[in-house]
Amino acid sequence: MEFFHKATNFPFMATRRVWYTLSIALVIASIAMFFVRGLNLSVDFTGGTIFEATYPGTADVEKVREALEAAGFHEPTVQAFGNSHDISARLAPEAEFSVDQVREKVDSALRGIDAGVTIKPLEFVGPQVGDELRNSAFLAIGWTLLLVFIYIWFRFHTWRLSVGAILALLHDPILIIGWFALSQTPFDLAVVAALLAVLGYSLNDTIIVFDRIRERFEANRKLEPRLALDQSVNQTLSRTIMTKVTTLIVVVALLVLGGSALGGFSEALVIGIVAGTYSSIYISASVALDLGLRAEHVFPEVRSKEVDSLP
Amino acid sequence: MLEFARWKYIVVAAVTLLALVIAAPNFFGEDIALQVVRKDRAVIDDAGRKSVEDALKAKGVVIKGDYVEGERMVLTFNDVNAQYAARDAVNEALSQTFVSALARAPRAPDFFRKVGLRPMPLGLDLRGGLYLLYQVDINDAVRQLVESYEQDYRRALTTNNIAFADVTSLSDEAGLATGVRVSFAAGANLAAARDVMQKVVTDLTYSINDAGSVPYIDATLTAAQITERQRNAIQLNMNSLRNRVNALGVTEPEVRQQGVDRISVALPGVLNSAEVKDILGRVATLEFRMSDVANNVQDAVSRGRAPVGSRIYYHRDGRPTLLKREIIATGDQLIDARSTATQEGPAVAIRLNAQAGDEMLRITQANLGKPMAVVLIEKTREKAFVNGQEVEREVTKQEVISEATIRGVFSNQFNITGVGQGEAQTLALLMRSGQLAAKQFIVSERPIGPSLGAENIRSGVRALIIGSAALFVFMILYYNLFGVVASLVLAVNVVLLTALLSLMKASLSLPGIAGILLTVGMAVDANVIIYERIREELRNGITPQASIRAGFEKAWTAIWDSNVTTFIAGLVLWVFGTGPIRNFATVLMLGILTSMFTAMLGSRALLTLIYGGAKKPAKLSIG
Repeated sequence: MEFFHKATNFPFMATRRVWYTLSIALVIASIAMFFVRGLNLSVDFTGGTIFEATYPGTADVEKVREALEAAGFHEPTVQAFGNSHDISARLAPEAEFSVDQVREKVDSALRGIDAGVTIKPLEFVGPQVGDELRNSAFLAIGWTLLLVFIYIWFRFHTWRLSVGAILALLHDPILIIGWFALSQTPFDLAVVAALLAVLGYSLNDTIIVFDRIRERFEANRKLEPRLALDQSVNQTLSRTIMTKVTTLIVVVALLVLGGSALGGFSEALVIGIVAGTYSSIYISASVALDLGLRAEHVFPEVRSKEVDSLP
Repeated sequence: MLEFARWKYIVVAAVTLLALVIAAPNFFGEDIALQVVRKDRAVIDDAGRKSVEDALKAKGVVIKGDYVEGERMVLTFNDVNAQYAARDAVNEALSQTFVSALARAPRAPDFFRKVGLRPMPLGLDLRGGLYLLYQVDINDAVRQLVESYEQDYRRALTTNNIAFADVTSLSDEAGLATGVRVSFAAGANLAAARDVMQKVVTDLTYSINDAGSVPYIDATLTAAQITERQRNAIQLNMNSLRNRVNALGVTEPEVRQQGVDRISVALPGVLNSAEVKDILGRVATLEFRMSDVANNVQDAVSRGRAPVGSRIYYHRDGRPTLLKREIIATGDQLIDARSTATQEGPAVAIRLNAQAGDEMLRITQANLGKPMAVVLIEKTREKAFVNGQEVEREVTKQEVISEATIRGVFSNQFNITGVGQGEAQTLALLMRSGQLAAKQFIVSERPIGPSLGAENIRSGVRALIIGSAALFVFMILYYNLFGVVASLVLAVNVVLLTALLSLMKASLSLPGIAGILLTVGMAVDANVIIYERIREELRNGITPQASIRAGFEKAWTAIWDSNVTTFIAGLVLWVFGTGPIRNFATVLMLGILTSMFTAMLGSRALLTLIYGGAKKPAKLSIG
């Protein structure tokens, strides 16, 4: 079986305005979505208390909410889930209560409605823990971007390609965050892990395209840049897509079969891999072309054996 | 003919075989088990083993198998009911000698256990349990140290007849104690005072300032000394927590430092947090004080004020008593505390260090026949709102747990009597567990139910198996025989990764399983890159064998490149992440290393075996 038995010759460069427009629209939509709807941050980041309880009779969500409010919790979120007996609740972090006080208050509030209620063990995250995690998540993303930026600079010697790669790279986590704002899937620590993995992984294809650009220029220094870039993207297309398809197969398996605990994680990976493939093909090289990339930029001095030849 | 050095074949075969053996225990699964240890942590002998077995037989519990490994005895069962029945039987009949804990035991043949090969321990998210995160007040530890210096200076200056105006502690803008300031009346002999101070506390930096109307001497800690004290404090708290956790009898607990001032405690299988936290969370310290018998305690209580040099304390039953302010010994001078039986009933046998022993000798000589009290101080911290401001409130509970007449002169070894049997044990445990150097409080508490853990394992493993299978099918359809080779190599990759993780004893979390699956998906990239290159070479009309050679050799830098950036991301994640996320990062990085090995060496070895012979193949089965 072979999907790409004929050499493709898509005019990626000629149509690049279309893809830019699409990308910019998606990025703007994502950012807007982030500011309008915000992320549904999990208790990892916000701190607070979550618990589940089962009433012997029908659980009255509204009554439970009122009882919790009366106990001193601000704007508790109470939902029925599964059947009419079960509820789940989420309480905002209350700095004045220790974990044991929270437990006592929840206990008496819920028992006040029906003494037969069974409450599952509380999950409690202190507000300061949430704050710190948020900071370290931002730091981790920042460090990854910085290190990867340095690596690309070191690898390609010209800022034109580095900028192309970084723009393509930034594109992916922004779309992931936009998706999480849109879908309101809980954004937890595992999603941050997936985001970083995508940052590293989606760059692979960009680098492979760039390697091929250098190879094309090396073969023919007189080659018109637009042509060289089109050839490079087309010649690496089968590989770019094949590597992503194979990874998508397992990630989709994770999304479908991995259970709810990994839901956000696999969603972020799927979106990230699709966005990463798109940006590697349509964005990274095109940006370099618009920045005036020419053969001599790739060869600031005579470079010999270091250059590899790629499929 | 394709060349592939003989030694490389040997390396590939040896590594694969070794990895299979190391990873094997993971594939056998686990049995439901009960772990039994002696309370005194002694090795369980044949008699002890038989007594446990007999206790279970008496209750009609069917034992699947059992073995003794050092201090622990492990019994396996066919179902959870038997496990619970066994625990009850041990608790009922043998609770004097043994502590039992619900556990899981590897099902792999005994051979693996005997050579020390075990399956990866499972994280809390996969087996259920309680996760606690403690915040340690490391600045409090520094404050305690500085306060002890203050006491030393006071005493030394007084005994040397040097008059001083005041002793206060110095602190920086953030409120961190940094040293002691001793002020004097104008015209005092500061040099003499400094010499006295330097003699009692040698390792501080002393500076004299006699310019103003109130001359003073500053004794300051260096930044390095402060950091060291903080580091020691967290170390001490960790040890103490570890001792207490071990005393709970939980299997494979994890106590880890997290960041600068946090300690995480993972207790697999524990669900009832109240009891556990009660034992872990108490900050207990002891103070030995002389009773004040010269004044009347009722007068003091009615006046609401203790006489000079004394303080009002209360017994557990609410009786007030007057104790001298001077402390004879404190909990951190305690070396050992054990519950014991004496003629006067249960007691706690106490052993102090030499310094406290000297003090005790001096006091008991001078006060024979007078009462001495032991005060138990338990500190907890809680957050509170005062006028809309968040403050941390310290709740200190002080109670006199014993007040007994000094019956003889003793120094560093003596008994505290007058406590009940249960109390003696609890008190001895708390005291022995070591005194906590700094206050700590819970900032996060997360229980994971065992059924959720089991569900997580099921879905994680199912995704891993079906995801990999789908990938193998796709690769075989797309690359035919080369796809078969790639699938074999990927399977070996999973085995290698499992072996490495087992060797590192890293506990596997749900994101870790996801990481293994993601690694499979990314590891296949290396094969795809090589095969696409081979196809391209074939299209260019190059012979099959030359194409294979070119495919491997020319794809190397591309494979390297496609892994570096992912590795960078994994590294950052490892540095910033904790727990399950760090586990994911570990898997991601190790997976990148193993996939490079399997794609470049494993895959090439197989393809050279198939196509590398002297008889040149006319065609490659590469789809």
